[in-house]
Amino acid sequence: MRFYTNKGDKATRFGFGEGVLEAAKLNPSVVGIGVDITASVSMDLFANQFPERFFSIGIAEQNAVGITAGLALSRKIPVFSTYGVFAALRTTDFIRISVCYNNLHVIIGGAHAGISVGPDGATHQALEDIAIMRVLPNMTVLSPADATQARLLTEKAINDLEGPVYIRFGREPVPDFTIPEMETNIGKGQILKEGNDLSIVATGHMVWEALQAAYSLKKKGINSRVINLHTIKPIDKEILIKAAKETGKILTIEEHQIHGGMGSAVAEVISQHYPVKMRIMGFPDQFGESGTAGELLQKYGLTAGNIKKECEILLDS
Amino acid sequence: MATTQLEHIAKDIRKSVLISLTEAGSGHLGGSLGLADVFTVLYFQIMKHFPEKPNHPDRDKLILSIGHIAPVLYATLSEAGYFEKEELLTLRKLGSRLQGHPGRDHGLPGLELSAGSLGQGLSVAVGMALADKMDEKKREIFCILGDGELQEGSVWEAAMSASHHNLNHLCAIVDRNGVQIDGQTSDVMNIEPLADKWKAFGWEVLECDGNNIDSLKETFSKFPTVNKPTVILARTKMGKGIKTIENDFHWHGRVPAKSELPDFLKELE
Repeated sequence: MRFYTNKGDKATRFGFGEGVLEAAKLNPSVVGIGVDITASVSMDLFANQFPERFFSIGIAEQNAVGITAGLALSRKIPVFSTYGVFAALRTTDFIRISVCYNNLHVIIGGAHAGISVGPDGATHQALEDIAIMRVLPNMTVLSPADATQARLLTEKAINDLEGPVYIRFGREPVPDFTIPEMETNIGKGQILKEGNDLSIVATGHMVWEALQAAYSLKKKGINSRVINLHTIKPIDKEILIKAAKETGKILTIEEHQIHGGMGSAVAEVISQHYPVKMRIMGFPDQFGESGTAGELLQKYGLTAGNIKKECEILLDS
Repeated sequence: MATTQLEHIAKDIRKSVLISLTEAGSGHLGGSLGLADVFTVLYFQIMKHFPEKPNHPDRDKLILSIGHIAPVLYATLSEAGYFEKEELLTLRKLGSRLQGHPGRDHGLPGLELSAGSLGQGLSVAVGMALADKMDEKKREIFCILGDGELQEGSVWEAAMSASHHNLNHLCAIVDRNGVQIDGQTSDVMNIEPLADKWKAFGWEVLECDGNNIDSLKETFSKFPTVNKPTVILARTKMGKGIKTIENDFHWHGRVPAKSELPDFLKELE
């Protein structure tokens, strides 16, 4: 089993931007939609290289989503990105009807996801987007673990899928540890570390934290399995049921509300197919606040140290 | 096509609307009757379309933003030959391709968009027009909006973006019947001065009698302009054709009882 190391910190938003650019180089149908924060969500890479394929719509997210539907109906592959709070929530009805009900291949990038956005505070911390996007029929929901994976999944979402896709990524630099040679397929979870004492299922920025927790549990003789669930929908039932059967306990961790997020999605599978004891870690059904990313992650327990502690509690229960 | 011929088609479309909605037992009659003349002129005079090949790449496209008046779209599509008229009797029934509000997933030919949540269609039409502009494709995009729908702020986001991007091959048609579910539009939420609003958003504004074939023909002939999107404020009567229904907002979401249908059909003759 591979021991993952940090190749250097990099924000997942840059992986998204690079993925869009790479896909666009090969496919002239890829078009971009900007809603005023183009560089912030790293769509500037695409906009600078393909200005004739980039449409500025201004601060009008609902209109932007409707426009993506029209572009997709005219055989384009539109990529629309803004902060996750707006991309997923302000636009929800437009995504539901114009994009999902029409089942159109539209890529929606939810930037600045999670509490780690930091000082901007609660209004800009997307903590509900997974819950809302994953209940929409036809929608695929992706949550890459690092910048390398964000790039890979973005390219695959554009090139290989047919329906609507929501990709969630963050603002702050985080460890970049996945390697391009890893088998990464949309709809398939990844076992990053084997173990049979319990399973830690993580998504997004929390995957690195989960790995660190697992490495330190190992020093105490506890062999945990770490699963990167980069695709939240369609969910990989197989890998989860196998984890339940072989490890008997599952802890989930995400930078999102504990209600309705990835942990809930895992529980929906486990409770129906192979019930085992679970612990869902995430944000505690409240709004965020200002602070540095590090301070906030610490305060709300979204750290390797706290994951380790919760694993021990789960094992003792 | 001669005006008398178009008037005859409009009458047939109204009959189909009445019959299908009576059979369905629910749905939106008033707006469907009011727009029959607009649909007739679009599908039988103005638009380039191919009922035998619904997905023809060179077709003009019609986006129905007010999905609730689907019955007049369905009646028009069947009148134009996209599918048999008998299928209109399946409207709103389980397994039907004629959903209560348009749903493309059910495979009805000629349907461009699943829609029903107000305030979205013009944005989709803008996206289509942008794609055509990028591809240098000569094609007209028509979008039908309700006047009450203009109370949705997103319509104005879309309006702003259409003129910003000089989408001159986009034509919005506003069904200006002045009524909505709660009553007169001027009482529920005033939208006037409407022409000035669209002008201020950079659109070419045309007005016409939306229940007069000649007026519609003449107005559509002024579209497109060289650099601006066009909006047609089409004054219509909700329930047009049936005197007891005309302009009565209670008929927005009502359908005839089976006992009323024969008299209504007779009145159209």
